Amino acid sequence: MRVMVLVKASEDSEQGNYAAHADEFAAMGKYNEELLKAGIMLAGEGLAPSSEGKRVAFGEDGGTRVIDGPFAEAKELVGGFWIWQVSSMEEAVEWLKRAPFKGTSVELRRIHEAADFEGQLPQEVLDAEQRLRAQSGQQP
Amino acid sequence: MSPEGAARRTVEAVWRIESARLIAGLARVTGDVGLAEDLAQDALVAALEQWPASGVPDNPGAWLTSVARRRYIDGVRRQVSFERKAQEIGRDLAEVADPMDEIEFDAHVEDDVLRLIFTACHPVLSRDARVALTLKLVAGLSTEQIARAFLVSTPTMAARVTRAKKTLGAARVPFEVPAGAELSPRLASVLEVVYLIFNEGYAATSGDSWTRAELCEEAMRLGRMLAALAPGEPEAHGLVALMEIQASRIPARTGPGGEMITLLDQDRGRWNRLLVTRGLASLARAVSLSGSEVSGPYVIQAALAACHARALVAADTDWTRIAILYRILGSLSPSPVIELNRAVAVSMADGPAAALPIVESLADDPALRHYHLLPSVRGDLLSRLGRTAEARAEFERAAAMTANAAERAHLLRRAAACAC
Repeated sequence: MRVMVLVKASEDSEQGNYAAHADEFAAMGKYNEELLKAGIMLAGEGLAPSSEGKRVAFGEDGGTRVIDGPFAEAKELVGGFWIWQVSSMEEAVEWLKRAPFKGTSVELRRIHEAADFEGQLPQEVLDAEQRLRAQSGQQP
Repeated sequence: MSPEGAARRTVEAVWRIESARLIAGLARVTGDVGLAEDLAQDALVAALEQWPASGVPDNPGAWLTSVARRRYIDGVRRQVSFERKAQEIGRDLAEVADPMDEIEFDAHVEDDVLRLIFTACHPVLSRDARVALTLKLVAGLSTEQIARAFLVSTPTMAARVTRAKKTLGAARVPFEVPAGAELSPRLASVLEVVYLIFNEGYAATSGDSWTRAELCEEAMRLGRMLAALAPGEPEAHGLVALMEIQASRIPARTGPGGEMITLLDQDRGRWNRLLVTRGLASLARAVSLSGSEVSGPYVIQAALAACHARALVAADTDWTRIAILYRILGSLSPSPVIELNRAVAVSMADGPAAALPIVESLADDPALRHYHLLPSVRGDLLSRLGRTAEARAEFERAAAMTANAAERAHLLRRAAACAC
């Protein structure tokens, strides 16, 4: 199974103030290496401050409006993520407990597999979804 | 879930994470993989007894290590007291106990895990034994899980593991990563074991055996471990690339009725894009390490898989390149099956007339005598050349040779189509 690990932004990550956290960066680098050497890490990235971000708001009529960052409430923003391949949610929890975080909460969510939708959505919808994925894969 | 059940699942999760490092560290200290595994199992049993009541310790890995280490020291002490006279015990205990405290169980743990992988895959063991021991010692699977995945009884699998550990002990296999001229064949043995595990799962993914399909994930995990622990080995990255690209197709390999869908007929939108991207990146790493896309059998096979992965529709496939890669693969390890695959690629690149002589040259190969794909490919080439009567005979011959009902039906349909 695959899980996504959602890490929250902090005041400092929102400011792009990384210099003060050199030790944490080093600890996180070591942790990432452990994930790599255990063969469970499929992907992982940190996100730039929301001041570089955009939001697109959709009205009830489907109309759109673009909102520029930064966005308020750093602790409600996603600051980074991993995708792990693990044998169970318990294993993901045990891995996450080893991460060098302090004063935050980190969320684990199972990633849907195609089989989760079978029988719940009409086949045409599933097929359209798959076509979409094929197209998104066209970008190199 | 009951609290006991939850605690048990947590212990199992910790075990999955810690067991390889634990066993590897103990094996370095004791020099005996079998003993190391027994000590680690003792620690697991202790955890299963204590954690449901006491809770999971803050550092579960250190907890397991200290329990296993205490068992080992107790064992050595017992041996010492057994061998020495009663009045000497006190002094000997002091002498033995002190150096034990000095042992660094955690030092070089990653080197130890690599040693463990090479030991579990030692050529002194049969393939089945290597596969079982690798899943048990390195992947941290239980004997029950391995038995279920390989469709044998738990006692049978337990006996296989025990025998393998005894064989390693009897052969005095050193706990080390081989060096020099020995490294290449030993690495090949490790890669073979990982790919065997993958294929065991991959072959099953078209059926309904969900537990066996998990073997693909285990194999990819082992392959990634190996590539991370031995990052300079192009073939390790090549194997990871091959497995990830093949696994990316799993969602597209089965139709709604559970029937197998061949590569060219698959809906490529169902391919797992993350695995495709990762596989291509692993291949690129292998190529940059060796300077070539044809440096070893796994890199070549990954390059072949990548030709399909890069084609968004089947018609975009670079068949010329595939034919060349099969030729190189066949020159490394000559095989009539590779040659037959090359014939298919040549037929796609240059037409059926160019491919037919290759297939004809395989007609008398004893290794293909019962291989239904030989007449099936020949029938396909003949039908594309308009030689329908001959094509029909080949399809019928192929249909009679396959044990797979769906495949037989498909071949008989093609035979019938030749009659028109």
